[in-house]
Amino acid sequence: MKILVTAKRVVDYNVNIRVLADQSGVDLNNVKMSVNPFDEIAIEEAVRLKEAGKAEEVIVVSVGQTQCQEQLRTALALGADRGILVETEEDMQPLAIAKVLKAVVDKEQPGLIITGKQAIDGDNSQTGQMLAALAGLAQATFASEVEIGDGSATVTREIDGGLETITVKLPAIVTTDLRLNEPRYASLPNIMKAKKKPIDVVTPADLGVDVAPRVKTLKVEPPAERAAGIKVESVEALVDKLRNEAKVIS
Amino acid sequence: MSILVVAEHDQNSVKVPTRVAIAAAKLLGDDIHLLVAGQGCQGAADAAASIEGVQKVLLAESEAYSHNLAEELASLVVSLAGGYSHILTATTTSGKNYMPRVAALLDVSQISDIISVESDDTFKRPIYAGNAIATVQSSDSVKVLTVRGTAFDPVAEQGGSAVIESVEAPAVMGVSEWLREDVVELERPELTAASIIVSGGRGMQNGDNFQMLESVADKLGAAIGASRAAVDAGFVPNDMQVGQTGKIVAPDLYIAVGISGAIQHLAGMKDSKVIVAINKDEDAPIFQVADYGLVADLFKAVPELDSQL
Repeated sequence: MKILVTAKRVVDYNVNIRVLADQSGVDLNNVKMSVNPFDEIAIEEAVRLKEAGKAEEVIVVSVGQTQCQEQLRTALALGADRGILVETEEDMQPLAIAKVLKAVVDKEQPGLIITGKQAIDGDNSQTGQMLAALAGLAQATFASEVEIGDGSATVTREIDGGLETITVKLPAIVTTDLRLNEPRYASLPNIMKAKKKPIDVVTPADLGVDVAPRVKTLKVEPPAERAAGIKVESVEALVDKLRNEAKVIS
Repeated sequence: MSILVVAEHDQNSVKVPTRVAIAAAKLLGDDIHLLVAGQGCQGAADAAASIEGVQKVLLAESEAYSHNLAEELASLVVSLAGGYSHILTATTTSGKNYMPRVAALLDVSQISDIISVESDDTFKRPIYAGNAIATVQSSDSVKVLTVRGTAFDPVAEQGGSAVIESVEAPAVMGVSEWLREDVVELERPELTAASIIVSGGRGMQNGDNFQMLESVADKLGAAIGASRAAVDAGFVPNDMQVGQTGKIVAPDLYIAVGISGAIQHLAGMKDSKVIVAINKDEDAPIFQVADYGLVADLFKAVPELDSQL
């Protein structure tokens, strides 16, 4: 079985982002970019399945500008076998990304597709589910455990209030939650090896996909600032403030 | 054009986040239809019919919907989508699961987790863990939206007198199957519905110490939350997590104990009305958003707080 995973290029999660003064977006100049952390978990899960003999090949896809090759190399260093860059300068929105991925799925015929449950830039949480819909496949989102069986996968999902376990017919789309695994660090020899692994570059047009954005961002603003309050000296003073000033406890 | 809201329910009642989604729908139009899908959910349909602002309840009874499987729910919503200008649901794990599927099958975008309605095609939503707010405009014929549970005041449970109409269930896809659920029975209010939340972070040091918070929470009728650091350290289960990748909450009072205040955590709680921070590190970022900060060792302060309530 082949496994297809995704690697979105996003602002590193440690970066404090800054909104541009002209409200056109977020400042991406000289900002550290990384693989979306949830995609890293997806890559790790795929590599572990390969190591366990459940898969023969792990293919990683990134959709975006030419610099996404960096994120593909990271994924290759973590153990993916080959990369596909769908290169475009367009502002890629989840529906368009899902359509591109659908075209890649049609070509590669993977037995399992693993994506992050959301990207930490747009926080949309849509792509995996949309891909599942377009490909007519089952989905198991927010996965915290994946077990591959014969023609099906049993997946434990994080839901409001606890966990739920479902089985999905393969091929299926799994999206990763935080507790699925803890991604490894790439070793230096693996980083060197990754440089020799192949990356195919195609365009959305090559795949016959219309990626024109449907949603226009009119402006991006910083959130309303929350003013810092006061420091209280003791628990007694705190309880007094909560009772008599804020009136939130009785 | 009418507006379709997809309800989340427990067979007998409609959950609060759905009433929040209806509040957002009311800003878009008056003819609001509420879809109740499940098995044995006449009780929920009756409750739905009396919700303020609901004109019609669509009841889809089928075993296929009893566990909210995304594939089946999405094909049901798509089968009903004709004639609606907007399709909304709450941003819950269930809504997040099936709604993008609905959008893709309709070949339209979804606008996730809206926090305001600017016009019938323009909405505000948080990006980058709430560190930026985007105003976005959709050019799609149908607007598919999920609504943040803390962004609008829920409409009243009573006041409506909608008709209930049964709808046909489309053919079952049958590609997934529900096996079991491991849901913690809460003696306390749910995090997303609680008016007071007591949350613990890495400073709690271990899971046993959360008992201190339980005692305080019991006295306040509060829910208990946790930061991702506390969840990652294995102190408490993930369904207690408040933050960018956990639950988004906005209670009247949020008490953060031993939480430093990483931006991912603040993203989940900074809309709370009153924030209290108890932390021994006076430079902890949590104090920058706290209305009342107490620089103290939590192992002394929390028992003291407990005794004074």
